[in-house]
Amino acid sequence: MNLPKKPLSAGVLTVALAVTLAACGGSGGNNNSSGGGAYDKNATVNIGSLYEPQNLDNTAGGGQGVTEALNGNVYEGLFKLTDDGKVDKLLARDYKVSPDGLTYTFTLRDGVKFHSGKALTSKDVKYSLEKVIAPDSQSARKSNLEVIKTIDTPDAQTVKVTLKQKSISFVYNLSYVWIINDQAKNLKTSEDGTGPYKLNKWTRGSALSLDRFAGYWGTATTNKQAVFHYYKDATALNNALLTNAVDVVTSEQSPDALDQFKSNQNYKVTDGNSTTKLLLAFNDKAKPFTDVKVRQAVSSAIDDKKLLESVWGGYGKQIGSMVPPTDPWYEDLTKVNAYDTAKAKKLLKEAGYEKGFSFTLDTPNYDPHPTAATFIKSQLAKVGITVKINTITPDEWYTKVYKNHDFTATLQEHVNDRDVVWYGNPDFYWGYDNKQVTQWVADAEKASTTQAQTELLKKVNRKTAEDAASDWLYLYPQIVVASSKVSGYPLNGLNSQFFAYDIKKG
Amino acid sequence: MTGYLLRRLAFLVVSLVLASIVLFVLLRMLPGDPANALTSVGASPEQIAAARHSIGSDRPLPEQFTHWIGQLATGDLGTSFVSSLPVGPEVVQRLSVTVPLTLSAFVLAVLIAVPAGFVAAHKRRTWYGALLSGVSQLGIAVPVFWLGMILVVVFALNAGWLPSGGFPQDGWSDPAQAIRSLVLPVVTIALVMSASLIRYVRSATLDVLDSDYLRTSRALGSSFGQAMWRHGLRNASVPVISILGIELASTLLGAVVVESVFALPGLGSLLATGIAQHDYPVIQGVLFVSTLAVLLIGFAADLVQRAIDPRLRGRLSGGAR
Repeated sequence: MNLPKKPLSAGVLTVALAVTLAACGGSGGNNNSSGGGAYDKNATVNIGSLYEPQNLDNTAGGGQGVTEALNGNVYEGLFKLTDDGKVDKLLARDYKVSPDGLTYTFTLRDGVKFHSGKALTSKDVKYSLEKVIAPDSQSARKSNLEVIKTIDTPDAQTVKVTLKQKSISFVYNLSYVWIINDQAKNLKTSEDGTGPYKLNKWTRGSALSLDRFAGYWGTATTNKQAVFHYYKDATALNNALLTNAVDVVTSEQSPDALDQFKSNQNYKVTDGNSTTKLLLAFNDKAKPFTDVKVRQAVSSAIDDKKLLESVWGGYGKQIGSMVPPTDPWYEDLTKVNAYDTAKAKKLLKEAGYEKGFSFTLDTPNYDPHPTAATFIKSQLAKVGITVKINTITPDEWYTKVYKNHDFTATLQEHVNDRDVVWYGNPDFYWGYDNKQVTQWVADAEKASTTQAQTELLKKVNRKTAEDAASDWLYLYPQIVVASSKVSGYPLNGLNSQFFAYDIKKG
Repeated sequence: MTGYLLRRLAFLVVSLVLASIVLFVLLRMLPGDPANALTSVGASPEQIAAARHSIGSDRPLPEQFTHWIGQLATGDLGTSFVSSLPVGPEVVQRLSVTVPLTLSAFVLAVLIAVPAGFVAAHKRRTWYGALLSGVSQLGIAVPVFWLGMILVVVFALNAGWLPSGGFPQDGWSDPAQAIRSLVLPVVTIALVMSASLIRYVRSATLDVLDSDYLRTSRALGSSFGQAMWRHGLRNASVPVISILGIELASTLLGAVVVESVFALPGLGSLLATGIAQHDYPVIQGVLFVSTLAVLLIGFAADLVQRAIDPRLRGRLSGGAR
């Protein structure tokens, strides 16, 4: 598999998780909120979240909640992602790439211990990588890392990985791989990582608490304990923040509630970068969306700005393609197929649909999809297109749309960074099939420099935008609300990662 | 009496077995695949097959059923597909929230409804009697989540007396904190429950007040209080106990809305999560335990009714269902 596939999100499969934004990774939280001064080194930081892990193993269907709570906090990778999408060394002290780009030699950091007390060796790294690509692995990174041919451990501090072919995203993908003790058992309900926190207790349906790990190799956490409190209801979560039961909310999902925090000096509201896009995905292999003009017409007939305004108030961003601003190959393409009903009517006429047509829109039954569907229906009615809204559960969406491609158009949120590459896969659910784009995506992954990769993916970006491969309705906001007593929390945690170790509580 | 108890016990066991079969079959008839909860959207067919295999949902249904029944017989409710946590201890942990919540709400509701219902019937021609009837009528129309939210706004957000939701992660190890978390949910459920109970108590009391035996008793020289105490109360309580049994049973799982509003890790929210994830062992475990609870409550209501009303003792079961 040379196509750098990215998952939409493990979360679309269950109602509880489907409402979510984040990827099984996202980028890191270096860009923390400023502040500091005097703080309590022994404080307990209470973090409120809507995304409880399904289990504690990210290769066995833990979902995005497990990434939020454990990534960087309890488990660490050879690398980690910074907020601007760059890759930093973490457990890898150094690495070399052979001139042919096929062999990576990693040197591990000294003095790293697992929470169980065992020292980190190259064998643990080999085990952890093999766990991700094992046949029964449910890791979202499995297909990315299947490019690995062999893993050798010449000595305890050295790991040598040989690839089947060049993969420029290899190091980036490694930042999603947790390094786990190769002797660890019951990883779905317990842990053995190298992170600055160790798991204290997970009470399903309620909370997950992390305690400072005394044997951590790096800088110790600025708080003694971090507790993730899980809520099913956004209002209940906001109430918890209002009554100081939690100090910070990882990702605010009810825009209506923001005013009460913004107008109150006891709270801070921050609007960071997100990578979650709301898509009106056409089935490019089903009539009438096989016709580029019809797709362009529909894209031009919908006022994305107004939709964003009605769903998120002043938050979020307009987006003209699949690429969010944090991806290296971002370009502002909002002008391509921008809102223009006259142009939409003209395109429909050219495509032979002067009198319009009707289609069924498979709409997931949770917010914001029903709202968006109703909005799209009223917008398209103005150019003579009739939309029949078919509400479906996440489970049905997965089977009907994603697996069986049995749909004409659908709404879905795509949460990951760097996921424009899906347009290079003609078998993906939306059926966009352009030989040139497929080639560009494949070449980009085999590129020798990031510059070459970026150039190729910019071409993909532009081409898919011009073709209106899908209609990218908007980019979600990433809003963190916190008590003004705390600082140092990640602003662009991009939902899935929420590094708690720098949070200071005054 | 022994014969009755034996028959009632046999009935209970047969009901449980039937319920577990129905439960198992109905769950499998639902569309959807439990493996979906474990796989990411980019999952290959191999990954999906591996997920099915890991949880055993690829095995034939009769085999899965005998496996489950076998576990049940040894008191094991199995292991969650999704979290890999054993279901039994998790149900017990949830019950440590739900049982105190339900029982306290129930007791409080009875304490409100019985006197209020009696007054509403006995003093139905006074303004306060009419007011009580009116308020209870209105109370039935109040959605429980709305009432919960109002109480949160008033007592948690504005007054700051009580937490707006949540339950201590360490459960009852700090009883004071656990109780504080339950006060608002208990009041919420109790108020809504008592609204409908008042109406039942009122109508049962009205029946008694109009009865011949009460009039006869008064004619024989008893005071109103004596007549009510000796004859009225007994007769009025029989139908009310049936309703109480049903209310108690339905609140056990019906508390799910309140649990969501107050972010309580109760049995209802475990069931809701299980259903969303197609986590069969969890759903089966919760429903099995709640079926058992409902049957036991029915049984208890039956026994109480028979103790109160000798006319019921000749029958297999009273009016509990």
